[in-house]
Amino acid sequence: MNLTLKIWRQKGPQDKGQMVEYKVTDISEHMSFLEMMDVLNEDLVAKNEEPVAFDHDCREGICGMCSLHINGEPHGPDRGITTCQLHMRMFNDGDTIYIEPWRATAFPVIKDLVVDRTAFERIQQAGGYISVNTSGNTQDANSIPISKHNADLSMDAATCIGCGACVASCKNSSAMLFVSAKVSQFALLPQGRIEAADRVKNMVAQMDLEGFGNCTNTGACEVECPKGISLENIARMNREYLKASI
Amino acid sequence: MTTLNSKVPEGPIKDKWTTYKDKINLVNPANKRNIDIIVVGTGLAGGSASATLAELGYNVKAFAYQDSPRRAHSIAAQGGINAAKNYQGDGDSNYRLFYDTVKGGDYRSREANVYRLAEVSGNIIDQCVAQGVPFARDYGGLLDNRSFGGVLVSRTFYAKGQTGQQLLLGAYSAMNRQIARGKIEMFNRHEMLDVVIIDGKARGIIARNLITGEIERHSAHAVVIATGGYGNVYYLSTNAMGSNATAAWKIHKRGAFFANPCFTQIHPTCIPRSGDYQSKLTLMSESLRNDGRIWVPAKIEDAKAIQQGKLKPTEIPEEDRDYYLERRYPAFGNLVPRDVASRAAKERCDAGYGVNATGEAVYLDFASAIERYGKEQAKIKGIKNPSKAQITELGEAIIEAKYGNLFQMYEKIVDENPYKTPMMIYPATHYTMGGIWVDYNLMTTVPGLYCIGEANFSDHGANRLGASALMQGLADGYFVLPYTIGDYLSDDIRTGKIPTDAPEFDDVEKEVKERLEFFINNKGTHSVDYFHKKLGKVMWNKVGMARNEKHLKEAIAEIQEIRDDFWKNVKVPGSLNELNPELEKAGRVADFLELGELFAKDALERKESCGGHFREEYQTEDGEALRDDKNYAYVAAWEYTGKPSEAIMHKEQLEFKDIELKTRSYK
Repeated sequence: MNLTLKIWRQKGPQDKGQMVEYKVTDISEHMSFLEMMDVLNEDLVAKNEEPVAFDHDCREGICGMCSLHINGEPHGPDRGITTCQLHMRMFNDGDTIYIEPWRATAFPVIKDLVVDRTAFERIQQAGGYISVNTSGNTQDANSIPISKHNADLSMDAATCIGCGACVASCKNSSAMLFVSAKVSQFALLPQGRIEAADRVKNMVAQMDLEGFGNCTNTGACEVECPKGISLENIARMNREYLKASI
Repeated sequence: MTTLNSKVPEGPIKDKWTTYKDKINLVNPANKRNIDIIVVGTGLAGGSASATLAELGYNVKAFAYQDSPRRAHSIAAQGGINAAKNYQGDGDSNYRLFYDTVKGGDYRSREANVYRLAEVSGNIIDQCVAQGVPFARDYGGLLDNRSFGGVLVSRTFYAKGQTGQQLLLGAYSAMNRQIARGKIEMFNRHEMLDVVIIDGKARGIIARNLITGEIERHSAHAVVIATGGYGNVYYLSTNAMGSNATAAWKIHKRGAFFANPCFTQIHPTCIPRSGDYQSKLTLMSESLRNDGRIWVPAKIEDAKAIQQGKLKPTEIPEEDRDYYLERRYPAFGNLVPRDVASRAAKERCDAGYGVNATGEAVYLDFASAIERYGKEQAKIKGIKNPSKAQITELGEAIIEAKYGNLFQMYEKIVDENPYKTPMMIYPATHYTMGGIWVDYNLMTTVPGLYCIGEANFSDHGANRLGASALMQGLADGYFVLPYTIGDYLSDDIRTGKIPTDAPEFDDVEKEVKERLEFFINNKGTHSVDYFHKKLGKVMWNKVGMARNEKHLKEAIAEIQEIRDDFWKNVKVPGSLNELNPELEKAGRVADFLELGELFAKDALERKESCGGHFREEYQTEDGEALRDDKNYAYVAAWEYTGKPSEAIMHKEQLEFKDIELKTRSYK
């Protein structure tokens, strides 16, 4: 198929940036979206133009590095996948596709489609851990039974890949889904209960400091999340926060 | 000439590690504060090492080329992590894990290292549970296990099909705690481009800030390389796009020996390639072989009809299917080790029985498992005389609970529903057992320079068993290196800060800058990927699953040609002082072009078949690998002398005192 691409080009953080139009031809429906971008970049290199910078790494939907806003949706039109798992069979010959970076104050653009997500790092550093040394002198792994139900819920929350689609999809650029996933993972486990109160307070404080917006329960994040992280996590975080604050 | 000293402690194998730990030198807590350690790479090995070293009190500087340590490719490991916990009471023990690993590695690993790995494996699980890793549990609340290839027990712990992710996030959370305390200084989006050696000791690195392009000097008392394997030398592999061998190759060029580069794992269950534009291959976890049965049509005319799209797999009756692994290896069946399963798939496809248009695919079929689970569930739920549809529905629910994310991944890529029609799979490059040579302390041949995780060669011999990579990465990082590095650093407590204005830093930085400038100024005719793809084709066709002398010699010549062409005609757009992914790739491919040649040379020298290294000249009558223990029971450690073709081989003779060397059989 032949496609028209309208891509956000921005030289650096200070540059104003603009949409630029490109054409790609002979795109196979079996290609992944990023392989289509590879084809474009090969063309650009051949024409001595600068290729489009975009983040990507594992190309199997787990590292969380890829991050494109495609036709107004984080990770594009398919559900339950990242951009690298999106395939061209989701598009039609002759389509025009708009490709932009994540848009959020807390995620400044570095170049073209690459944004700075270190705000997420700082939130994790504020409390996204259990304070146990890695010496190995802990108790036997089976000495604390954990109900399968809670272990599964914890696992579901822990599958967050930290891509930032929740923030990009939110009209308030809220990071509540991301933060609540980590808070929930630990809050659901006995090991994590000990620091639960401090954790939720510190992580929320850092989230606010980074300039992420508030949650107004529109639920766009849950729809766009490639890993299906549930809104229930936000509810759980709110409960944890309330408990910790009174 | 350097002689290899593996520094394996004396004494019975069961006591070596304990006795050794009792006797090594330690650094007191006050002195640790004055010692800096650089860790390059933040996957399971590097991440766990960074966290533990920082907890101990050292000042750690950690480097990752991604925007966060959480994105290292360990995250993509699916199936699980082995540990000799014997929670299932099925006869597991440290010795059995040790035995399975040495046997699985086709007797080309160092016994003492492997025993230590088995010994600390249980601690890893304790540690990870304490960290909040949500492993799968049974209804009683205890940890669940599954079985992996090449073993007769269930010792694999897992977190759905995302075990690597959960373990890496565990290590990442431990790192975050130390970053918050200021004990780890994290350098995201930084790439190490060379190591600096002063007075014979590793004392720092030159790194490039990938956002600004700035070249930075970082000094330390010891340098740890944890940058993973070199599978991307094949261009197509299950590795991440950015996975590269640059750090390992640079330290090799500065004196670290490179061991057994030809030991590379071709994983049997990957999604087959679909076209020339393909950028990477996707793994389908080995855990699927617990329930999936591998087959091709028994009749060649059926295979042809399938290849032409005239026949569907579900239309082939049971008696016309060849479950070739069950046929050839009745004892282990579909759970034979990876090297064996891969070669068997290639054998069937080469004979013309492949099941897609390219003829390079076999089926992985869940129909029997769905039926079995369905009947089981019907019984549990008390459904009498369940219909076929009911059984299928109940069975599919169980399969979904076990492998849902893998099935979804498959469906998104291939656009076929694997619950209804068998998956198509084919082998692909996945893991490299070879790597930087290290002694028992995980130190390379350069003092103060360590190498851990997939980047080193030590534990997996010629073939790695499933779910053992995660085990090794975390064992090295959490439990081995933090001890052994102290022994070395105890001599450095009076050294003080290492200055970065030493002439050695000047020299290395100059070389690094010159190379980068060359790429930008060359203005050649072809992109970096053009050369990488060419190299990958040679590697796959001539240094892939089956190798022979003629092809290996051709490969060496062809790689040299591609390399010459690369240095003349490579084109790198953009400039030095900005985010420039093409420039990053150029440096990595330049190194792959040298490594690939050493790889082929090593394969040529090893005139035997073992594990992932299969030489067509050396096979039994029924096509199994034919090892030569008399002449090749050694580690080939290569010393760089200026060109890959002139590398000198040093041999570390492997001694098997606790395991009898015998032919590996899974029949």
